Amino acid sequence: MNSGISDLTVWLVIVVLGIGTFLIRWSFLGALGDRDMPAWVLRMLRYTPVAVLPALVAPLVVWPAATGGQLDPARMAAAAVTVAVGLWTKNMIGAIVAGALTLFAMLYML
Amino acid sequence: MSATHDPRPDGRRPLADDGATRTVRESFWRGAVQSLPFLIVMIPFSALFGVVATEAGLDVAQVLGFSVLVLAGASQFTAVQLLSDNASVVIVILSCLAVNLRMAMYSASLVPWLRGATGGQRAWLAYALVDQSYALSIQEYESHPRLGMPQRLAFFLGVAVVVCIPWMIGSWLGATLGRAIPDDIALDFAMPITFLAMIAPMLRTPAHLAACFVAVAGSLLLAGLPSGLGLLIAAPVGMAVGAIVETRTARKAQA
Repeated sequence: MNSGISDLTVWLVIVVLGIGTFLIRWSFLGALGDRDMPAWVLRMLRYTPVAVLPALVAPLVVWPAATGGQLDPARMAAAAVTVAVGLWTKNMIGAIVAGALTLFAMLYML
Repeated sequence: MSATHDPRPDGRRPLADDGATRTVRESFWRGAVQSLPFLIVMIPFSALFGVVATEAGLDVAQVLGFSVLVLAGASQFTAVQLLSDNASVVIVILSCLAVNLRMAMYSASLVPWLRGATGGQRAWLAYALVDQSYALSIQEYESHPRLGMPQRLAFFLGVAVVVCIPWMIGSWLGATLGRAIPDDIALDFAMPITFLAMIAPMLRTPAHLAACFVAVAGSLLLAGLPSGLGLLIAAPVGMAVGAIVETRTARKAQA
């Protein structure tokens, strides 16, 4: 590294992070085996994708890194159009195309 | 992925294609083809990692070490950023693990769909469990609930191959070829658009909408917290709200 961080330090980070990340991913899948989870846990887990993934990207939509965290009408509109088309048509590719076209059209006009 | 998208557990109507007759090979290719749109994002993003990491002083082997052993985009960028800020090793590791902790939720949510998988199968699945492979696979499992175990694994493998291998190759190219990547074409936004496009069709009940809305509101309110901590609070709260709304809807339907 530029300021004297040794190769060994970098490799230490890589290896520990690799093992730790694997254990996080393996956690429930590996340790739980085929044991049954309580009904209330299963009910919550049903909402994992619709809770985690939108929450993951929401800050990127509202405060995009590309604009230095400033609100950006083009990105907001693109996100809104993507969600609307996805809800309406249930078509993932259609939603991506609509969102991308909105983004580029707005960036071009503004 | 369009017409057959209402696989609620109560099964109101039979699905035209519930997946029961699909072969393993077909499942693999289906997963692979559905992942292709991700490459638009994946390749430039991974190349960018190679560039950024090289500029921070990592050599090619270390860049590949990250992309093969860690295999988690956001945390790789976080690690390089913190390393070049001279953060202590403990801080680097803890911050990056916090960024990746959401994948424990993915792991738990896949358990009901993968019972019967062997230890070895669970191990490679865990290795390749990234946002994209999780999102596409859970969507496939939910919309084709009668897929057999070999078909489920094959679909996941198809996604994993198309998503993970280009990630490794792309970061290697970024590290060796350097700055040949245009950075002014708003690629930052490809990831949000892809995820939103994947999730929107899954918002099929009031409970799903409530879970999504609460999780999004929570993550925005808690955006000031470090390293993805806000997400780790907001997402479970959203999931709990989804479960509560589902229970209430079911009770109302019975009454």
